[in-house]
Amino acid sequence: MPNLNQPRNVIPGFGLTMGFSLFYLGLVFLIPVAGLLIFTTTMSWADFWSAISHPQVVASYKLSFGASLIGALINLFFGMLVAWVLVRYRFPGKRIVDALVDLPFALPTAVAGIALVTLYASTGWVGQHLDVFGIRVAYTQLGVVVALTYIGLPFVVRTVQPVLEDLEAEFEEVSASLGASRFTTVRRVILPALLPAALTGFALAFARALGEYGSVVFISGNLPYRTEITPLLIVTKIEQFDYQGAAAIGTVMLLAAFLLLLLINGLQWWASRRH
Amino acid sequence: MSIEIDHVNKHFRDFVAVDNVSLTFRDGELTALLGPSGSGKTTLLRIIAGLEHPDTGRIRFHGEDTTNLHVSERGVGFVFQHYALFKHMTVFQNVAYGLTVRPRKTRPSKVEIKQKVMRLLELVQLDWTAHRYPHQLSGGQRQRIALARALAVEPKVLLLDEPFGALDAKVRAELRRWLRRLHDDIHVTSVFVTHDQEEALEVSDRVVVMNKGRVEQDGSPEDVYDHPANPFVYQFLGNVNLFHARVHDGIARIGDVQLPAPEFQGYKNEQGQAYVRPHEIEVFAQREHDDALHAKIELVSVVGPTVRLELRTDNSEELVHAELAKHRFRALGLAQGGDAWIRPTYSRVFLPDERVSNG
Repeated sequence: MPNLNQPRNVIPGFGLTMGFSLFYLGLVFLIPVAGLLIFTTTMSWADFWSAISHPQVVASYKLSFGASLIGALINLFFGMLVAWVLVRYRFPGKRIVDALVDLPFALPTAVAGIALVTLYASTGWVGQHLDVFGIRVAYTQLGVVVALTYIGLPFVVRTVQPVLEDLEAEFEEVSASLGASRFTTVRRVILPALLPAALTGFALAFARALGEYGSVVFISGNLPYRTEITPLLIVTKIEQFDYQGAAAIGTVMLLAAFLLLLLINGLQWWASRRH
Repeated sequence: MSIEIDHVNKHFRDFVAVDNVSLTFRDGELTALLGPSGSGKTTLLRIIAGLEHPDTGRIRFHGEDTTNLHVSERGVGFVFQHYALFKHMTVFQNVAYGLTVRPRKTRPSKVEIKQKVMRLLELVQLDWTAHRYPHQLSGGQRQRIALARALAVEPKVLLLDEPFGALDAKVRAELRRWLRRLHDDIHVTSVFVTHDQEEALEVSDRVVVMNKGRVEQDGSPEDVYDHPANPFVYQFLGNVNLFHARVHDGIARIGDVQLPAPEFQGYKNEQGQAYVRPHEIEVFAQREHDDALHAKIELVSVVGPTVRLELRTDNSEELVHAELAKHRFRALGLAQGGDAWIRPTYSRVFLPDERVSNG
């Protein structure tokens, strides 16, 4: 007998795919995160507070969130520029440049970190020239920003690129025919169309930078209160068998990152709602 | 503002898009550029707008050379087939765009912009959509907004690239009548591109038929339809039947049928092709005239008030298409598979030594 209450969907497999997705999310994501939170609740409130509010830890929050934000902003700008060049112009070696963009994903971050510190040390290829102007990159907060910028590069490029490819020339032509200058067309027609995708890329680059560890620890020099990032402090605590302290800081990172990503998603929703 | 196109050429790699075209569009006229796809009509429109640059030749607006003027300085309104409305802007912002991008010195005040935009939205009968986004509107409404946006900058000329091409048949017919009325009100020199002959004939003051980058004919809609300059135009403007014809002293003979062909006065026994439109063929159930050709009715299709017949004459491989009113068809008592006699009432003969051209 046919079931009259349940509407039949033409696309089969909803139950199976949804069930598997939830199972998968639970196994690899929700259970570890819940474990972290539950483990943290075994601490007393006083212990928790002293673990997360130690001045050294607070300094690391500032660096981690600040440097990640700066890195993501730099990537927002240059990522859109790279995407623009890759979509709009034809030049020899374009495919190679296109492939290079993904390299930060593939290269082990420790390798990247060592490469960056070799380049930017005051005796390195790039560092020695910057040294002349009194700019030091290696073992400074600037170095942290450089590393976090490097690992976040692909996100904005890869989110903006397809949107830009789909943006028809007609919009620019109509804008020009209405008397707009090139600059006005970019500002009022092209950028707003790219905004939702660019914000997605920005959020991804920011999130990626928050969790980054491998490439930063080499170039930052890990000076307490100055160039220690929060993930490094967590690893240090684990090495000292202070699992609870590590979990407490981890929880703070988790909540802060979640709130920030929620905010960015809200912005993105606001920007794309109008399309 | 008149537009003068002076010996314009344009090619893309080895494809010749516009082949030495010279035309003048008179002030206040609504002209249709009609042709099959690849005939160069859109390229020509884009050259007038300044969206493409001609390889050689000049474009003049009212005598003033605009060939090297950037599109943003040419003062043209351009309407695209797919509207190209800015998706992130409301209808109001879209229409106001051309005014708000002006440099501060020449930009109207906010109040003036608002008044002007609302006036234009009233003109296109869509003032109630001001605060909606384009995706909330239907295709026909979007195209009217695109038109209002183009008119907001008070263009010297209005250029429309297949403006009704993306719309369904009914909206299309309504919108083109509306465009005609709008043009009668505002009188801006307008050129629109279309591949739809009905649209061109209905809307425009003047039709320019293009093929393979060249102008085949240029005249009033009636002129172009009734007196096609060559076989291409004849075939492109509606269905047509071809008959072998013999021309002798101003008379064309198709079988035993004699039709006047005054332009061939003095010609002796020339062989040519006679072009006859489906509605210019009389159909009879009996052999009422001695010169009528006998044919078998192979297909009957009723299209609303008209009946279209496909007939095969005794001595021809080609099918003959005839069209008659439904009541006439009923009165004759014709039926699919039955006999009929046909007789052309009007024809236009082209001799083979004239320029051969087809699409």
